[in-house]
Amino acid sequence: MKTTLPHPRAGVLLALLALAAAVAFPLLAASQQDTAIGVDTLIFVAAAVAWNIFSGYSGYISLGHAVFFGSGAYAAGIAARDWHINGGAEFALLLLGAAVGAVIAVPFGLIALRVRRHTFVVVTIAIFFIFQLMAFNLSFTGGTTGLPAPFLLWSPVTFNDRFYYVALVIAAGTIALSWLIRRSRFGLQLRAIRDDEDRAAGLGVRTLRVKLTAFVISGAITGMVGALWFFFVGEVLPQTGFDPIFDLTVALMAFLGGLATVAGPVLGALILEPGQQLLTQQITSNYLSQILLGGVFLVVILLLPRGLIPTASEKIRSRRASRRDRDVSPAARGDLPPGSPAGGPPADRAAGRPA
Amino acid sequence: MTALLRTEGVAKAFGGVQALADCTIEVEQGSITGLIGPNGSGKTTLFNVITGYERLDSGDVYMDGGKITNVPPQRVFALGVGRTFQLTRIFPRLTVMENMLVAAQHTGQPAGTRSGFRNPLARSGGSADRRRALELLEFTGIADHAGALAGTLSYGQRKLLELSYVLVADPAVVLLDEPAGGVNPSLITHISARIRELNEAGKTFLIVEHNMDFVMGLCHRVTVLDYGTVVAAGTPEVIKTDPRVLDAYLGIEEDADE
Amino acid sequence: MTTKLLHAIVSGVLGGGVYALMAVGLTLIFGVLDIINIAQGIMVVLGAYLSYALSVHLHIGLFTGLLITVPAMFVIGVAVQWLFIRPLTGRDRTSMSLLACYAVAIIIEGVLYWAFGPNYVTLSASYTTSSMHVLGFYLPYIYLYGFAMAVALVLALYGLLYRTKFGRAIRATMQDRTAALLVGINVNRVAALTFGIGVAVTAVGGMVYGATSSGFNPNSGYDLISRLLAIIILGGLGSIGGALAASVLMLTIESVVDIWSPTWAVAVFYAALVLVLTLRPAGLFGRQAARAQ
Repeated sequence: MKTTLPHPRAGVLLALLALAAAVAFPLLAASQQDTAIGVDTLIFVAAAVAWNIFSGYSGYISLGHAVFFGSGAYAAGIAARDWHINGGAEFALLLLGAAVGAVIAVPFGLIALRVRRHTFVVVTIAIFFIFQLMAFNLSFTGGTTGLPAPFLLWSPVTFNDRFYYVALVIAAGTIALSWLIRRSRFGLQLRAIRDDEDRAAGLGVRTLRVKLTAFVISGAITGMVGALWFFFVGEVLPQTGFDPIFDLTVALMAFLGGLATVAGPVLGALILEPGQQLLTQQITSNYLSQILLGGVFLVVILLLPRGLIPTASEKIRSRRASRRDRDVSPAARGDLPPGSPAGGPPADRAAGRPA
Repeated sequence: MTALLRTEGVAKAFGGVQALADCTIEVEQGSITGLIGPNGSGKTTLFNVITGYERLDSGDVYMDGGKITNVPPQRVFALGVGRTFQLTRIFPRLTVMENMLVAAQHTGQPAGTRSGFRNPLARSGGSADRRRALELLEFTGIADHAGALAGTLSYGQRKLLELSYVLVADPAVVLLDEPAGGVNPSLITHISARIRELNEAGKTFLIVEHNMDFVMGLCHRVTVLDYGTVVAAGTPEVIKTDPRVLDAYLGIEEDADE
Repeated sequence: MTTKLLHAIVSGVLGGGVYALMAVGLTLIFGVLDIINIAQGIMVVLGAYLSYALSVHLHIGLFTGLLITVPAMFVIGVAVQWLFIRPLTGRDRTSMSLLACYAVAIIIEGVLYWAFGPNYVTLSASYTTSSMHVLGFYLPYIYLYGFAMAVALVLALYGLLYRTKFGRAIRATMQDRTAALLVGINVNRVAALTFGIGVAVTAVGGMVYGATSSGFNPNSGYDLISRLLAIIILGGLGSIGGALAASVLMLTIESVVDIWSPTWAVAVFYAALVLVLTLRPAGLFGRQAARAQ
């Protein structure tokens, strides 16, 4: 779908440059503080791209992905505690986080994906609250005190750097997966579901299966990211592992950059996460940053409803199209009569309801 | 003279409204059959029932001798019945080519073969699929727009796209719901010509239309529906002068023809 | 034991009445605008805080204060709809509206934290602590007043919907927006006003909630909205009768379960939701809509 870039290889080049920059970042970073922001950003890049793999491509907005994030974190914490895992071996628990995310996604998806889109969002929120509740009340989750992360025998100097590179691998892998999915048959089916699920079903797309698969993939990655975050931050509490702000943030990042694009959530995360971190340093009040987050969200939704990348790509495409139309008139083709109606499709207007 | 598609005594009610009542139609193999009738006579409901988008209350639908009553839409599609909608249903945020590919991926495989084992991450649309899609797009005349988002197409172009992707599956019979509706005269001629070409190559058509010139000029047979039941069926000439039809539908037009 | 049970049931029914008020507003908004106002929970809290501010700083009684808070919340509702919901168009309209509501909720929560801080507060008046002794248990007056008001307001809403021209316009818009437009109904205005009404009832709900809860703070919005969502989904999106029935049902069940285990009583809410959705996706009284995307 990279029809907007001047040269097909340009996309690859851009990606490689970005990767190179990302790899070099910690070496150039001014302080550990900056690298920490980098880690946070990469975590959110992975989370946003994972969210987008499901919600962006299928059009089913999930506001319950924190379920996977928190579950991954808690699973890692519980396993580390009960199996006495320490040192560097705990990174194997990242896989556990992914597995837990995947396993939870199956029943979660089977319940939630059978309903209409509005209800779907609400169900995701409801299930989110169930999980938060369980985290608070069940004994093995450590209740309100949460769980501590296992002790890492790494020197403080390289601590952030190592996490950075692990996060980079995960983020890059997730982006690659998103790209593969988008150009695949599976991805096409997802996007068809997004546009007209019933028509897609009528053409033979196995909608429940497709949606569930995307949901599981998305959940697994988010679970893994949750586990990583847990190790990095050092602890998980019910309200931090299952945080509604996480859901909103991840959704906002994808929206800002552009739903259903590969690079959209990446761009959104790259803009918002460092922005948020820097802002928290300036504004000590938590509440003000919350208000700002909501405000930014509203602005994005109202002004850039399709996100940065699709909007930009639209502009480029239309400029190129108008240049092309001046060269070749449709009448020259002979098939299509020059008088074809060019008005806006009545179907959209009929469907448009006042809010 | 074999009926490729037929319904037998189909009835369907929506609450208190009897949309279809003892509706029996026959579509001959290789014909272009028109389905006309006043608004509310049940034409689209009949389409929905045939293609599985609505469940019927009683009666049966047969395709190529086999019963397809209440079979879900994707199965009906797989059995060789394609259909378009009155308000064109395309995938606006996919490109024209991608629209074609969505329909393409379930064809060319005999039912039940290794579909689960195909590499799910393989690039969508092999070159064979794409070539065929492009051929169809050239046939209908919108190949130039293959890379454009379907949502940017004009109304007439969307109709052509919908026709194109329905054809991807190479259906034996195509149900068209108002293909000429809301479209300018030269495009109507274009569509009409395409249908005739496809028919000469062996496709059967069942067409719902209000545009009498279109129907009478294109169809071999015409079936007339009123209040959910067939009131007349025959060649266009016969239909034009049938008093029952005129009574239900054509009204004053009998003065205008011949 | 039976007294406890009876008490629980009565409490549940009364509490259900109050939740019904807030849930009915939410389901009404959905029915007319086809969006779920996720901010409803925090708006209840906002209503509670407004009553609190009036009561504590201006010494205006809780019920009298409603004369101010209800119109105020109405205006806020209309403003939110006009500024943030109405401009949204396009295929993703419903999802975007939901996200917009979520954003508004976050903003309001932040504002409340900033204005009032994180400490728990409660609404109190002479009647909030006194209760009447009936059938072996104590029934706080405030619950009775709250329930009575809830009933009165739901009846008023029904009256509005079924006996006035505006109500007819609302119902028409609920059934078919395009048709409503065609007969000259100013659908935009109906949408804005309905949103306003849906939010205005939270002023009343908020006051009663604030007076009957053991303490609230800005964080309480989450608990509230999750319950309200569960209620309207259980009752069926868009069904006012359903919202009523579901409120009373859910609250009663929770109240009864609370006798054995307070912690899990809340989980019952969500478990019921999940159960219903698995068996009957449209909810108890929901319209069996085909998947209309």
